[in-house]
Amino acid sequence: MEADSKPKKSGARLCCVCNQNRAALKRPKTLEQICRECFYAVFEEEIHQVILENQLFKPGDRIAIGASGGKDSTVLAYVLSELNRRHNYGLDLFLLSVDEGITGYRDDSLETVKRNELQYGLPLKIVSYKDLYGWTMDEIVKMIGLKNNCTFCGVFRRQALDRGAALLKVDKVATGHNADDIAETVLLNILRGDIARLSRCTSIITGEDGPIPRCKPFKCTYEKEIVMYAYFKKLDYFSTECIYSPNAYRGFAREFIKDLERIRPRAILDIIKSGEDFRISTTTKMPEQGTCERCGYISSQKWCKACVLLEGLNRGLPKLGIGRTQGLNSDGKKDRKRDSRTPSIESKQCGSLEF
Amino acid sequence: MACNSSTCNSSGCYKGYEEEEQPKPNTKAAVNGGNSCQNLCVKCKVNEPVCCGIGGENSRFCKDCFKNNLYGKFKQAVTYNAMITPPDKVLVAFSGGPSSRVVLQFVHEMQYKAQKNYDANKDKSLPVFGVGVAFIDESSTHSFTSQHIEKAIEDIRLIVSNLAPPSKELFVVPIESIFSSDGIDGKERLKELLDAVSDVTGKEDLLSHLRILLLQKIASENGYTRIVLGSCTSRIACHVISATVKGQGYSLSADIQYVDSRWEIPVVLPLRDCPAQELNTLCSLDGLKIVELLNGPCSGINGLVSSFVKVLQEENPSRECTIVRTAGKLTPFHFNRVPEIHDCNVPSATRRHQKRYTLKPNGSLSSDSFCPICNSPLKKSNFPSSLRSHGSQQNPDLFASACSSCQFQILPKDPSLMEEFLSLLPQQMITKAKHGDQGNFSLLREQIQEFLFSDGENEI
Repeated sequence: MEADSKPKKSGARLCCVCNQNRAALKRPKTLEQICRECFYAVFEEEIHQVILENQLFKPGDRIAIGASGGKDSTVLAYVLSELNRRHNYGLDLFLLSVDEGITGYRDDSLETVKRNELQYGLPLKIVSYKDLYGWTMDEIVKMIGLKNNCTFCGVFRRQALDRGAALLKVDKVATGHNADDIAETVLLNILRGDIARLSRCTSIITGEDGPIPRCKPFKCTYEKEIVMYAYFKKLDYFSTECIYSPNAYRGFAREFIKDLERIRPRAILDIIKSGEDFRISTTTKMPEQGTCERCGYISSQKWCKACVLLEGLNRGLPKLGIGRTQGLNSDGKKDRKRDSRTPSIESKQCGSLEF
Repeated sequence: MACNSSTCNSSGCYKGYEEEEQPKPNTKAAVNGGNSCQNLCVKCKVNEPVCCGIGGENSRFCKDCFKNNLYGKFKQAVTYNAMITPPDKVLVAFSGGPSSRVVLQFVHEMQYKAQKNYDANKDKSLPVFGVGVAFIDESSTHSFTSQHIEKAIEDIRLIVSNLAPPSKELFVVPIESIFSSDGIDGKERLKELLDAVSDVTGKEDLLSHLRILLLQKIASENGYTRIVLGSCTSRIACHVISATVKGQGYSLSADIQYVDSRWEIPVVLPLRDCPAQELNTLCSLDGLKIVELLNGPCSGINGLVSSFVKVLQEENPSRECTIVRTAGKLTPFHFNRVPEIHDCNVPSATRRHQKRYTLKPNGSLSSDSFCPICNSPLKKSNFPSSLRSHGSQQNPDLFASACSSCQFQILPKDPSLMEEFLSLLPQQMITKAKHGDQGNFSLLREQIQEFLFSDGENEI
């Protein structure tokens, strides 16, 4: 049924679950009228069921929660601690944060994570791009401009999380990717022709054959509901968007999904279902997995993407690794413009990772 | 080292990453001369260009080359997929819009050439394929003045009669003829049926399912062997997105191939590789008349998707092609090719050609079960639910046999209204619901056949 009628402002509207308390909100996922207590309960229970059905954790697991200070990771940390206690998952939880070096954004959100460490009693580890790669995102954007910076940040962050996870000696990384994120990714992969990623992007557990598997407990949780939960529970989180994000292509998909949710809320889950159901031949699914010659990280090519991008940054070739460039060998003939302000720094060797 | 190989097909290779870094092309429909130093058609390099293709400034064609380019795509689609062979009678679905006008024109030109060859040839062994045109009059579903619709039908008659020789039969059929009883009865029933669907998108989609059923009916009753749709790249790109959004990811690949033989009369899409923008340009270049019957703007999900794809196209004019190309990599179904030609009148060369080029059936034979409403193939997991209702042949469990998308957006939410809804649906859908159950059951029996003892055998 399409949400085309506004609820009438009448007298007492009862919660449809407990039928006792007054309804405080309408669930974005189902449009049910529900009171706060029942909302907390159903929100937490759904996540608990997702964890059980997909066997995300086992007792004794050490889990690093990717924590940015934003609403998704804050709510994830809160709910996981709570469920861990309530249902005796037997997990050792940690907060893992990545400092990309974005002034006015990341430095503020890191303060939030430090507060979370105290509020939830979870040990915190911060890894920074500056330490790992020698570049902050601010420096990168100065060099490459405002297009494609999300590509750099995403690739670097992935490795940074893995490195941090290895330092913490955890078994898994849990990230706060929610249903909206995954639906956006499905659409993006269709729009950009990436059939291989399309087949993987709806998996709730990824990287099982890599160094550190990761999981997305919020796969079926709506972004709006996460916001509602954080709001009602008065959780401490940092709510500003990354200052570089307005130019991301993902913005198109996000706008569309917002409009879609207004007409048909279940469409978000339907997109994910489609993504899971796509008939993709198994031969196109898995790239061959090897290791990067430069740093030892997992890679399907000779060099991992992070090393390729770094090489481009260090040699003043911002387009290296973006789109259909020819690769490193053939660049020998090109001009090498060096940014005189930034010395060429090589990425730290991965020796410390012990994969 | 980053991948240097130009033939690298490894899926992790970023070469597979289609994101283009080209400068945004200028997409004016008719640009004459201009300031570009290359003032010649990119194809023949002789004539002055009069229009642009999808590539904008990089693809400026003269009129002939532009038309040949489009016709070439059409011809290739027809040949490679053996869409039209001499003994066929082809029904072109004509809506009046630019895509169907172009496909009608191209089919006519192909038929005309075949006719000339036939006339010139002493040996009359290869007959010319027949062509008919069907226009579905949906005026009962919206409020046009009867004047408007009559004028439109007149225009269509004129268009079709001008496309002779060879002459083509025109069928103007009101949408309510899908029900066995037509006239006032049919109109009422259609109205009741559409009113019973509360979801706006569901209503639009149900109407399009009825449309294809009616085309099937016309084709079948008049001896046609193929139905030609003018679906272009743009329309298919929108379908890819909207099917994804409706949770139809499994069946999506069935709808977007060149050939769809799920139906009694196979449906073919020869304009699959032609973008709407180019078809529009061709219509204005060649003076092809379009009959604009605005069936009302699409609302709900379909309208939203349409606007979304439009925005993406403006940002990058090759986006529609990329979407269709990506979806084209999804595995098609075994019915996505023309049925084998057993007719010995068809030259063996054509039969060999068809065998070589059409798709091999998918290794694991997919489920033969289809949704009775939208005819989309159902994933195997639907078996158990429809099995439950096997006993009741009189009242097929419509809900259980339908796909999840139709369950949500078309079928009534209230189970007590289901029976009434069933009575409003056209007979073809009811029959499918009944046979769907039987199909499942016999398919299951096939799978366990080897373990069953027949009654007469002795047990050891």
